[in-house]
Amino acid sequence: MNHQGEHGTMLKVTGLQKVYRGGATEVEAVRDLTFDLAEGELVCLVGPSGCGKTTLLKCIAGLMPPTSGTVELAGRPVTAPPPDMAVVFQEYGRSLFAWMSVRANVELPLKEKKLGKARRAELVAESLEAVGLTAFADAYPWQLSGGMQQRVAIARAIAYEPQVLLMDEPFAAVDAQTRADLEDLIRAIWRRMGVTVLFVTHDIDEAVYLGERVLVLSSSPTVVQDDITVDLPAERDQLTTRQDERFTELRARVYAEIQQAKNSAKGAPENPADGAGTGAARASTAVH
Amino acid sequence: MTATPATRAPDPPAPAVRRRRGPTRADLGRPLLGALGILALLALWEAVPRLGVVSDRYLPPATDVLAALGVRATTPGFWTAVGDTLAGWALGLAIAFAAAVVLGFTLGALPRVRAYTTSTVDFLRPIPSVALIPLAVLLYGTDIRSTLLLVVYACFWLIYIQVLYGVADVDPVAEQTARSYGLGRLARVRHVVWPTTLPYLMTGVRLAAAVALILSITAQLIIGSPGIGREIAVAQSSGAVESVYALIVATGALGVVINTGVRVLERRVLRWHTSVRGEATA
Ligand SMILES: Nc1ncnc2c1ncn2[C@@H]1O[C@H](COP(=O)(O)OP(=O)(O)OP(=O)(O)O)[C@@H](O)[C@H]1O
Ligand SMILES: [Mg+2]
Repeated sequence: MNHQGEHGTMLKVTGLQKVYRGGATEVEAVRDLTFDLAEGELVCLVGPSGCGKTTLLKCIAGLMPPTSGTVELAGRPVTAPPPDMAVVFQEYGRSLFAWMSVRANVELPLKEKKLGKARRAELVAESLEAVGLTAFADAYPWQLSGGMQQRVAIARAIAYEPQVLLMDEPFAAVDAQTRADLEDLIRAIWRRMGVTVLFVTHDIDEAVYLGERVLVLSSSPTVVQDDITVDLPAERDQLTTRQDERFTELRARVYAEIQQAKNSAKGAPENPADGAGTGAARASTAVH
Repeated sequence: MTATPATRAPDPPAPAVRRRRGPTRADLGRPLLGALGILALLALWEAVPRLGVVSDRYLPPATDVLAALGVRATTPGFWTAVGDTLAGWALGLAIAFAAAVVLGFTLGALPRVRAYTTSTVDFLRPIPSVALIPLAVLLYGTDIRSTLLLVVYACFWLIYIQVLYGVADVDPVAEQTARSYGLGRLARVRHVVWPTTLPYLMTGVRLAAAVALILSITAQLIIGSPGIGREIAVAQSSGAVESVYALIVATGALGVVINTGVRVLERRVLRWHTSVRGEATA
């Protein structure tokens, strides 16, 4: 990286708006989003269903142009899918190639990266091992359960060794135990590889457990409703962290924000642009 | 990147995905029933002229026809005719395939141009290939190129339309996945668009393979370009009824061989696809 950005900012989203236009209909998926991710930060994104999380991720990934506003990665504007970025899509089943074995699915992006054969084999083996699917390397995705497919998609992303990892509800289809294991895996990879992670989830506990920060999106018209720093120790543990008093407080705060986000759908905020700043103050009125 | 045991998800047992091998009862039963059906048909065919239900001037008994076929099969002329028919079939199919794939993929990627051509395609496609026979004669006489013209025209549309469907069926999530992992345009065509189109393409090829044989023989029969079709016409005009039937049986056999071949190919190429994988996981 020859360009450090301002103060090690990796990802900078400024005034992002996305309106889907289909013939006569217009859907404003997101209204005005502004936030930064520092290099090597792990940020969770929560928000009501349909508020535009997937839309935001696709704009960041350079898969579609925003209607207005900008996305910058390491100081450079994103106009096409940037190299060194991996995306785990919400529709994991459709994101895997049915005509390729699990191994080939994970390996294909590495081939495109022009890695040598030995290195590719190593990365594939390691990432499949990490998600517990070593025995299924030669199976086809459709021979696997939904949760297993999701893990293949995760393995493909981590084998790619990205600098930025975008994950769209990647643990939606796995059981509680696997989910806990995968959460720890993501944190372990994040700490080891220093990758910048933006992680979308519906699960408030998961957001607080995983993230260094939690961004709460409002419901449509979507703005950043709150930006909560998770001041839990870096070393997290499924049992002790979740019993921590601070964890419970943060969890309650995020919960209140989401309630607030849902309620604000009735009366949209006057000034959506500074929703982030006032969110905390408004939260107290939303809790019953 | 190495995983610590604590962060590993549990390994489910591998045998869950092993495929079952070896034929089942139903697999064995089907060819047996098919063979019985053919035997019954042959017996009926033998009986009808022998019992005088139909004069053997119009329908010679099966044994006579098969005998005539046996005799013909020893003459080099017969195999030359088979070769010519197959050459017209294969060459026509190959040309149609190549043209349809190239044009289909190109226009599939250019929705604007495709929209311009839609009405033209809708006009040209329903024209029956046999309506081009006079044109073929005018252009190429009784040359094999006459056969090719008819075969290529009919097969091209069959395959082209399927390719267009296939190219349009690419899953946007798969496409976005490929783009986000840095696959360029060509790599996406190769790894995403092509495999998505393949099931459609195979359907087109299966239909076109049958139609190509029909038209190859039609052209020979009517125009007189070399092949089994012309042999049938010659046999008919010289009153060799057994030979006419023998050659018809030969074309039927060719059809069966071609159809079986295409199905085997389809199974191989589409191992991963729903239409084929069903029985592998059943
Ligand atoms: N391709 C599209 N065309 C038109 N509208 C779209 C399109 N994709 C999404 N939308 C609309 O944009 C809004 C946001 O959708 P998006 O998928 O980004 O939500 P989300 O926050 O990811 O929801 P979920 O949590 O349920 O996945 C929705 O109102 C949706 O109807
Ligand atoms: Mg979504």
